[in-house]
This record gives sequence, C-alpha cells and structure tokens, in this order.
Amino acid sequence: MDMFLLEAAINGLLLAGVLALLTLGLNLIFGVIDVVWIAYADLVMCGMYAVYWLFAVYGWPLPLAFAVSVLGVAALGMMVHVLIIAPILSSAPINQLLATGGLLYFLQSFATLLFTTDFRNIGVRLPIIEIGGIYISYSRLLAFGVALVGATALYLFLKRTYIGTAIRAIAQDREIIGLMGVDQRRIYLVTSAIGGALAGLGACLLALQYDVHPFIGNTFGPLIFMICVLGGLGNMIGGFVAAFIISQIIAIGGYYFSTELSYVLAFMLFIVLMFIRPQGIVGR
Amino acid sequence: MRAWRKFISAGGPKPIMLSLVDVSAGYSSLRALFGVSLEVAAGETVGVIGPNGAGKTTLMRVISGLVAAFAGAITLDGRSIVGVPPHRIVEHGIAHVPENRRLFPRLTVEDNLRIGAFIPAARHHFAEQLAWVYQLFPQLRERRRQPAGTLSGGEQQMCAIGRALMSRPRLLLMDEPSAGLAPLVVQQVFDLIRRIRAEGLTVLIVEQNVQQVLEVVDRAYLLEVGSIRLAGTSTELKNNEFIRKAYMGL
Amino acid sequence: MNARRIGALTGLGVLLALPFVTPAYFLHLLIQILLWGFIYTAWSTMGRFGLVSLGHGAFMGVGAYVPALLWNYYDVTPWLGIPLGIVLSALLGLIIGYPCFRLKVVGHYFALVTLALGQVVLLSIVAARDITGGSLGMTPRSIGHSWYALQFPEKRYFYAIALLVWLGGLLVWRWIDRGIGREALEAISDDEEAAAAVGIDVTREKLRVTIISAALTALGGALFGQYLMYLNPESVSGIGVSLQIVFAAIAGGMYAMLGPTVGALLTIALTEGLRVWFGANFVGAANAIYGILLILFVVFMPRGILGWFEMARRPRAGPAPAE
Repeated sequence: MDMFLLEAAINGLLLAGVLALLTLGLNLIFGVIDVVWIAYADLVMCGMYAVYWLFAVYGWPLPLAFAVSVLGVAALGMMVHVLIIAPILSSAPINQLLATGGLLYFLQSFATLLFTTDFRNIGVRLPIIEIGGIYISYSRLLAFGVALVGATALYLFLKRTYIGTAIRAIAQDREIIGLMGVDQRRIYLVTSAIGGALAGLGACLLALQYDVHPFIGNTFGPLIFMICVLGGLGNMIGGFVAAFIISQIIAIGGYYFSTELSYVLAFMLFIVLMFIRPQGIVGR
Repeated sequence: MRAWRKFISAGGPKPIMLSLVDVSAGYSSLRALFGVSLEVAAGETVGVIGPNGAGKTTLMRVISGLVAAFAGAITLDGRSIVGVPPHRIVEHGIAHVPENRRLFPRLTVEDNLRIGAFIPAARHHFAEQLAWVYQLFPQLRERRRQPAGTLSGGEQQMCAIGRALMSRPRLLLMDEPSAGLAPLVVQQVFDLIRRIRAEGLTVLIVEQNVQQVLEVVDRAYLLEVGSIRLAGTSTELKNNEFIRKAYMGL
Repeated sequence: MNARRIGALTGLGVLLALPFVTPAYFLHLLIQILLWGFIYTAWSTMGRFGLVSLGHGAFMGVGAYVPALLWNYYDVTPWLGIPLGIVLSALLGLIIGYPCFRLKVVGHYFALVTLALGQVVLLSIVAARDITGGSLGMTPRSIGHSWYALQFPEKRYFYAIALLVWLGGLLVWRWIDRGIGREALEAISDDEEAAAAVGIDVTREKLRVTIISAALTALGGALFGQYLMYLNPESVSGIGVSLQIVFAAIAGGMYAMLGPTVGALLTIALTEGLRVWFGANFVGAANAIYGILLILFVVFMPRGILGWFEMARRPRAGPAPAE
C-alpha cells in the first residue's frame, strides 16, 4: 500500500471531522426550521476571527478564546434567526435563501472593512505525529476527536433531553407541536443557537489549521452545502456519512491530481448525483 | 398520582369547567363556526356530533388555541383563554388529541409519550404518568421502542391518547378518535374512553360515529354547518327523531 | 403614439447623445450600468419565473474566458470567439437544465445546484492556471484600436456596443414577456403539475428560458472582458458576483423590463458614491451595504423598487413572487 496514499486518506478522514460538524449544524437548522443559511460558512469565519483577535491579539488563553468564540457564534446564530429568518418564515423558501445570501455578502464585506483582506494566522504550531511511517498533523487529529465528541454530545442531547426530543419532533410535524406544550419559537431559537455553536466549534478547529481571511467562507461553504444535499437536506446521519465520502474524494483526488481539480471532481460528482438521486445518497 | 386522580374525581356539585359563549372562528378564507355556545362541567363527558365539514375540528382547535376565534368568549374555570397560544393552553390543563392522530412518525412510541410530558408540571411526574399510561395501554409498552409510524391504526390512536394524557390534563379533547379504524378497534377505543372517564377525567369528544359516542357521553351537542342545532343528554338525543333518522339510520 | 412611446424615444435620444457631451469617467460608469443592466436583465428572464440561479457567474466566466483564451493563444478574433463562448455557455445551461427540469429539481435544490455549477467553473478556471493564469487573472493581448480584436481604447465605441447590446437585451425580455412562453412559464411557476396537466411542456419551456439567459449572460461577460481588458475568476465567477446579480435584479425589480437596469443603476451609483465619499479606505463598505439592502429588500420589498412603483400605480396583481 502506497504510504502517501494512505496518509492522504487518513488526513481526508480527519478533515471530514470538521466538515461533518458543520454539516450537522446546517442540517439541524434545515431539518427543524426548514431554512438554509447560505451564510453559514461566514458565521464560521466570524468565529475564526473571534479566536484570532482574542488569542493572537489580546493574548487571552486559547481555551477561553475558544469558549467565547463558540458562545459568540451561538449568539450570532440566534440573532440571525430573530432578525432575518423569523420575519420571513412564511415567505417563499427562495426568499430565505436570498436573505441569507445578503447576509453572506454583508458579513464578508464587513469583515473586509474591519480586518482587511490580509490572511491571519493564530500562530499555534501543533506537532506532527508519526505513526508507522505516516505523518499526521496533530491539529487534524485533535479536530477529528473534538468533532466526534461534539457529534456524540449533540446526539445524546437530541435523544435524551426534552428539548432535544422536541427539536426532533418539530421537524416531523410543525403544526401540532404546540399541543405538547412546546413553544415553537423557543425551539427555533434554541436550534439556531446550537447551529451557531457548532459553527463556532468548527471555527475553533479550523483556526488551528488554517489562516483566516474574509472570504474563507467561500472555500468550504459551497462544499458543505453540497455535502448536506448529498446526504439529504435535513438528514443528520446522511450528512455525516456524506462528509466522510466527500472528504475522501478530495483527499485522494488531491493526491493524484491537484487540490482544485479534486474539488472540481467533487462538485461535478455532486451535480451528477443530483440527477440520479435528488434526495441525496441516503435520502429521507 | 393519587393526588391528581382524586382531585379530578372529587364529588359534589360539578362546576362548569369549560365554557364557550357565542364563539365564531374560521380560517382566512372560510368561516367555520358561527356563534357556538357550549359548556362542559368538571367530570362530565360531553360529545359533539355532526356531519363532515360541520366545523367539529375547528371547534377543537379553537379551544386548544391552534385557531384564533374571531369573536366570542372561551373560559376555563372562569378564566378567559381566548388568544392564549397552544403551548400555554396545555399548561392550563387542556390536552388535545388531534384528528388523524398526528403522531411524530419517526420518533419512538416512548419518545412520543415523552414529548407529551414536555411541560414542567408533567415532567416531574413523568415516570409515574408513563407507568399509568402503559397500564392503560399494555400494547404501547410492548412497542415502546418502535417508531410510531409503524404502528397499526388502533395502536396509533392509543399512542395519541396516551401522549395527551402524559401532560396530566384535567380536560381531554378528542377529535374523531374512531376515524379510519376497523369496527373492532373502534370498540376498543370507546372502551378506553370509558376507562378514562371512570378515572374522573373531563372529556370533550367530537365524533362522527354517533351510535358509539352516545353510549359513552353524558351529554351531547349537534353541530351542523358551524352552529349548534340540538343539545341534550345522551338519552334524550338517542331518542330524538331527527338524530335517529339522519345520523343513526333508524 | 402615447406618452410612454414618446418618453422611451426621448430617453433613447438622450442616451445616444450622451457620449458626445459627457466626460470619459461618466461614460465609464454608463458603460458599466448598461452592461451590468444587460446581465441582470438576462438573469431576470429566468428569475422572474421562479428559476432562481445562484450561479450565473458560471455563464459569465465561460463567456468571458473562451474568447480571451482563443485570442491570446490562437489569435482567433472575438467575433468568432464570443459566439463560441455563448454557444458553450448555452450548452452548459442545457446540460444542467435538462436533468434538473426532467427530474423536478426545483427551488432550494435548483439554487444549490447552480451554486455548485458556479463553483465548478470557478475552480476549473483556477485549476487550469497554466493557461488561464489562475487567481491572478489574465489580460487579453492588447493591440490598440481594432475592430478585428474588438478592442477600443476610446470609450465611445464601447458605449455604442453596450447601448446596442443593452437594448437587445430589453428586446429579448419583451419578446419573452409578450410571447406565449410567458404565460406558460408563469403557470409553471405557479403550479407545475397543473401546468403539465394542461399540456404545457414544462421541461422545454424552462430549458428555453435557461438557455437564453445563459447565452445573454455569457455575452455580457465577454463584453466586460473586452472592455476592462482584464479577467479574474473571482470577479466573473465568484459567489460574490452571482449574488450581486441576484441582488441587483431583485432590488431593481425583476418583474419589470427596466427593473434590472434600475438595479444596475443602484449598485453602480452606490459603489461610486461610497468610493467618492469614503475614499479607498472603505473597501468593502459598498458590498456590506448591498448585503443589508438585499436582506431588507427580501423582507420588505420582494418585488423590488420598480415593482413597488408598479403596484402603487396599478392594483392589478401580477405574478406571485417566486414560489
């Protein structure tokens, strides 16, 4: 077995962790509230900037910067819902796409205004570990581990708590959830907060590995939508699985060709799959 | 548990629990109820019968808050509940078993029951309430880990009723419990309603199956085209010429 | 002859006279307004019928890069290169449209597929960096004033071209508006199954308007390339561009013929105004404001500025907003 190929495959797996987290967030929001936040990746960007400023500029300890970032993006998520989504909930779905598209535009431009287009790195160098001749970056491994823990925590929350059960229920029958004593608006708010928190968590993990700049959302945003749609919009498990499949395609494709080409392949695959099975590989 | 059951079956003169006075309601394009008045006393089981499209489901929804009333008064224990959102109505002790069951199909039976106990008052007594519901409906306990959508019609109805009971209601609203069920199962459902009634719960049932429901209720109203046409005890209605001809085929 | 006709002719007269009386800077702005207006109008031919594409950058990119590449590497005149780019772009629209419409990929899903398409084109351009110059962009080889190469250092020529093309776009819009196609598409946008039941060939109608939209957008992209003499994947095929198109069309009103052009006026005026006011320090301010405005428009004025005027003028209800 080609060592480098294996290495690429493993690194792909590790990348999948973060993508899967973000996919969970998007799917949660879509499954429950029935809206797609086009600007989701830009929320992640905000989180990354938060980490950068708190840690690299103001010198806060990293864990604290992470915590504040996660909470901050969670709050941002709630604001997005209250200010943008709630007023147009009953509007045509395309309007919701457009409104969050406007948000994307706004966040990217505002970030450019505040931070300029310079690439910024938080400057944390984590070691590379070697396992049996394969080199794995520690930050990737960490990201993967945290993503798994996050996903598990989310799963348990959804399965075992009252609010979590209500969140799962509301996706299946929005109209009569009130008859159970559940305040629909509150659930939407909680869901938006969780979606935001997942974006914030993803931001922390990405900040460890990549530079942040205002348009970084454009690099993985479309990818995440694609993964969500492939796994079936709203299907959390499907999205999770799709994240790993796509990451492998990118990692292995990147090994044989160039990175961009592997992305092109992934997207083309997406388009093709859309025609074969519009409801996604796993589907509803 | 005992405290709740004792409370709802306390003896003495029965006070009026639910009262509708001159209620008009409908949807944006269509008015469904015109000046409906009815009342339900504590501990009573009251029925509302009438043909399809009479407005029976709208009546239930107006009480439980899913639909807003244009006009009229709705009071629970004398306190107005007009304009109160559905999730608060549940906290006041009214539970609504919707038409067509409306279970959450991909949630397990137990999860459906769990969500019924969402309100804080019910959460604290979740375990005992669950035990009681399983006692009433043993088939549900057997199937508790199955997705609710895979249950048979009759079992789904039991699950829907059980879910409503989980919120520890004082008043149970049931919208066409026999709809779409085989005759044998319908019998089971009405036996169940008798049992619930025996526990002292106040029940308001809306039904198309006139024969069965008149055997179970104390009083009933006839709702036709959004207005109350007749009212009386179940005996009176059973012997009423019009009802016998039009609704019981006699 | 009525007031409307006279108004239109006067407007046309003014537009024709402008290059002789305005300084180069304003001409530059006008050309941009006309070309962007043309592109926004092209997008609206689809958008108004509920076929909202978030990836029109794909068509712009293909339309812009094909003639530029053919010119730089093979000396092929843009007079051939541009039509080829248009054809390829139309083909792209067909390839994406046909399966989508056959398989009823609509609404959300269609928008996301077009988003992906935009990305595919963008990434392909960047990946082929050896020939396209990648993210750094490329410049068509300049040979000064030349009809053969469609290059004109003096703005007046491009102004004329832009004006012609823009008018052409309006004509196409009107052709679609007046034709049976429009009613069919509105029926489809309202209730696809019912439309099919009545005998409307849903797929064919949608494909027709998609191909037209793609072709026109490609032309717009090509002309921009020739005018600015610089191409960059992000500025023709990026998400930003695709969203900008959507925003402008909606803000101006995609249900009215001149709506998208109003949108172009808005966006250009905004950018220039902000640049003059704030100077180069506030790069990004314009777009930030677009973003907020898009949100506000979607929430409060889904039919756009012109549409709002239309509604105020005649109470007759037009087609429903994209459903």
